[in-house]
Amino acid sequence: MWAFNPSIPPIKREMPSRYRLEGFECHDCGFRSLPPRQVCPRCGSRNVSRVRLPRRGRVLQHTVVHSAPRGYEFYTPYVLALIELEDGTRIFSQLTDVDPEEVTQGMEVEAVLRKVRVGGHGGPVAYGLKFRPVLER
Amino acid sequence: MREVYVIGSGLTKIGNLWDKGLRDLAVEAGLAAMEEAGVDSVDAVFVGNMMSGILNAQENLGAYVADYLGLPGIPAFKVEAACASGGAAVVSAAMAIKSGLFDRVLVVGVEKMSDMTATEDVTSALATASEADYEMFWGASFVSLNALIMRAYAQRYGLREEDFGWMPILMHKNASDVPYAQLRFPITMEAYLSSPKIADPIKLLDSAPMGDGSAAAVLSASERRDGEGISVALVGFGSATDTMALYTREDLVELKGAKLAAKRAMEMAGVTPRDLQVLEVHDAFSVMGYLNLEALGVVEPGKASRLIESGDADRSGSLPVNPEGGLKARGHPVGATGVYQFVELYRQLSGRAGPAQAGSPELGAAMNVGGTGSNVVVTILRRVS
Ligand SMILES: [Zn+2]
Repeated sequence: MWAFNPSIPPIKREMPSRYRLEGFECHDCGFRSLPPRQVCPRCGSRNVSRVRLPRRGRVLQHTVVHSAPRGYEFYTPYVLALIELEDGTRIFSQLTDVDPEEVTQGMEVEAVLRKVRVGGHGGPVAYGLKFRPVLER
Repeated sequence: MREVYVIGSGLTKIGNLWDKGLRDLAVEAGLAAMEEAGVDSVDAVFVGNMMSGILNAQENLGAYVADYLGLPGIPAFKVEAACASGGAAVVSAAMAIKSGLFDRVLVVGVEKMSDMTATEDVTSALATASEADYEMFWGASFVSLNALIMRAYAQRYGLREEDFGWMPILMHKNASDVPYAQLRFPITMEAYLSSPKIADPIKLLDSAPMGDGSAAAVLSASERRDGEGISVALVGFGSATDTMALYTREDLVELKGAKLAAKRAMEMAGVTPRDLQVLEVHDAFSVMGYLNLEALGVVEPGKASRLIESGDADRSGSLPVNPEGGLKARGHPVGATGVYQFVELYRQLSGRAGPAQAGSPELGAAMNVGGTGSNVVVTILRRVS
């Protein structure tokens, strides 16, 4: 079960979004989001295409997780954040390379590839783009 | 269109009920509801449940519950809408009666959580109500997603820490004399403020406990008056969805699905928020309770904490909210919760809520929320006498 143990097919399927921030853009209302979709959830348009989202943004809201779901205990305490990318697209991810106490609203962050889940003992590893404070501009 | 009446109800105590399994709970509540209704048969069973497959390795729950209830051959269905599964089962049953296909239907909400003994596993199971690949994948749980909502809500309206304490304080006070409630003890503001944070800014005392439980109701197309000539009708119901993931919403603190469900239910019932005299809201977290009250239209946005603080939401107040203690203290056996709310509303309107009786309301509403507001059910009951 994915909730407890990731398997290879979903890891492979989601790679474009999780490794490269491939999302979608609606050509009618302009809405952008992750992952790619066939129909815009805001306006219902099917006039959409894939788009590479920017790798930098800022923290809109965040929380520090002390009690983790199965498979994430190793990372506690960790920070989950609603992030607004430079083009205004909002995504959700985990912050990394930062002391949870030092995260502030509006903090500039950039995507960096990190390990996210390991499927059980010796199972497949799921990676994804977490976000860390911007090191240089 | 045909009317729908509530003619019987049953429920179990909520808690870590090690001696009772999924089937024991469902049968206890189901039989109690049929007995109260004075019937020994129904036309169909609708089972509200979220996680039996994950927690109990038991799907096919319609057949399972029908079998153990000793109702062989009858149509039976499991209805799932995350934490709103119970409400969704009630609505499914009501639709079946209104369609004319069935005359009398049993609704059973059940969740058996304590068989999964590791908190991390239950947290994971609950998180399956979020977006698996883009929320849960990052280690999100229901607590952390609600934490984002709470922080945004507090900032929007300039609320302080203690403003969120009024909800759990009232819930604990209300549950303290409710026999079937899980947490039957009062808490103080000091206890609330010093309660540990489980996902900042959400404290342990903002959160509903995990527990096992089952609640059931019999719905019927035929009225059944009690000794005092009172019956209770389901006069309105509405369901609505919002985006699965929190991050795709325009505004974190607007529960669009909850507003839509409330609007639909009130339109069907032909009532306005001002007409409601008792409420059951989904306070899985304090902030969610507040957002429910605002989505129902009984308070202005940002003013829900003041409604609770003022005492108006007490059992003796002008608009009692969760007189039995709500999810926070009565308990939150996830897929059963919506049916608990429905049964409690029914008992309030028929004057059979025991120590929890909040005056003699004639019209009330229950709001049952799935996910972070992604699937919401509102039901409205009216006393007929
Ligand atoms: Zn669009």
